[in-house]
Amino acid sequence: MIELSDLCKSFGPYRVLDHLDLSISRGQTTVIIGRSGGGKSVLLKHIIGLMKPDSGKVLVSGRDVARMTGAALAEIRKKFGMLFQEAALFDSMTVGENVAFPLREHTRLSEREIARVVEEKLASVGLSGAETKMPSELSGGMKKRAGLARALALDPEIILFDEPTTGLDPLMADAIDTLIAKTQEATGATYVVISHDMEGAFKIAHQIAMLYEGKIIAKGTPGEIRNSDHPVVRQFVEGRAEGPITVV
Amino acid sequence: MTTFFEMLGRPTLALLEGFGRITVLFLSAVSWLFRPPFRLRLLFKQMEFVGVRSFWVVAVTGAFTGMVLSLQTYYGFRTFSAESLVGATMALAITRELGPVITALVVAGRAGSAIAAEIGTMRVSEQIDALSAMAVDPVQYLVTPRILAGVIMVPMLVVMADFVGIAGGTFVGVGLLDINAGLFMDKMTTIVELDDIFNGLIKSAVFGLILTLVGCYKGFYTTGGAEGVGRATTESVVVSSLCILVSDYFLTAAMF
Repeated sequence: MIELSDLCKSFGPYRVLDHLDLSISRGQTTVIIGRSGGGKSVLLKHIIGLMKPDSGKVLVSGRDVARMTGAALAEIRKKFGMLFQEAALFDSMTVGENVAFPLREHTRLSEREIARVVEEKLASVGLSGAETKMPSELSGGMKKRAGLARALALDPEIILFDEPTTGLDPLMADAIDTLIAKTQEATGATYVVISHDMEGAFKIAHQIAMLYEGKIIAKGTPGEIRNSDHPVVRQFVEGRAEGPITVV
Repeated sequence: MTTFFEMLGRPTLALLEGFGRITVLFLSAVSWLFRPPFRLRLLFKQMEFVGVRSFWVVAVTGAFTGMVLSLQTYYGFRTFSAESLVGATMALAITRELGPVITALVVAGRAGSAIAAEIGTMRVSEQIDALSAMAVDPVQYLVTPRILAGVIMVPMLVVMADFVGIAGGTFVGVGLLDINAGLFMDKMTTIVELDDIFNGLIKSAVFGLILTLVGCYKGFYTTGGAEGVGRATTESVVVSSLCILVSDYFLTAAMF
């Protein structure tokens, strides 16, 4: 479904992605783990063409997003939904208008049908009746759920999640993880999640890939990652400050 | 020696880069004027924000500008008994110069800064990325309606400012300073020509473009969280005010 090959990206002297290769299979949840500031968001933004690589390919259904511009890029982005770290709800619009936004932009549904889809998507994330609330009235967890409802609105084939549980209390984090697993199972879409939360990753992932120093250093099922003997992966899984990764 | 050239080169490069980016932003915003979807609802919303909601502040500044102009010219002209020319001088200054410039500066402070703050906040909270990710072009959605609203509404505000300013100036000249009303109006209507007003309006359309474009540009390239939004807001007012005053000189030199 998504093939990243030989991807390089630098910001000034910092090489964030260094000849990175990764393939993400259709209909599964792939969690990319790695340290904060380690280029996970950069990787995710390359998949949807918000950032362009210095070199390398980003193939989505066989087409190179990195080389696309204008209408072609817009067309392929309609296959995607994305949940941003702080949800990125439009704060000039109500929650209902936020969820309706992609429908109004890209479908010819009537207002009545749009209202029905909005209601259904909000119900699926446990926010029934929140249509008329403004984003500023919502808590962090509710914002993320509203953002997920917006990402789900067009029933996309691929959904990207930028740190879906960061900044939430553990109960809300668990609720979001459960929601992600549940909607993935219900829709069968391809989910790409970046996270540094190992517990959550083990809960929702079919595949886990670890990003370290600009490369994917390990990839496998949650079981394989848990029992990996790669020293960097071990340190991350166990959450130790001492080890091959210099923390401070 | 290197440091000297570095000191010279770095700001020059930054200036050129900024000029390049604002030009690209402008051209891409213009290109969306001729391609669907046309977002009339967003355009009207911005016209209301830039224009209608600037009405009172522009009306009050316009009125007092005309009033103080009459007062000042009166004190000068009285010394050689040319009081009857106060109206004409005041009306020329308002229509050619002060109406457009003062209106543009006030709108830059009120609406241009708000545009930079709003778009800057959308940038740092990833709402602009969210637009792109949902296959909506942020320039087309955010920049084009604001620029168009500026080009349409600032001249309309200037028409109003001209009117209110001349009314205020007439009130002070005829009402308070007792200049002969017939002479005052007669000199004014014979000396001020329609071209004076039109050229003022052409200038104000350019000012409307400048203040909205600079606001959008500063917002669009905001980095660094809340502090960055504050910086973008301030810079948008400073840069657009400077651009308005500098371009005013050259436009005037070219037109009159």
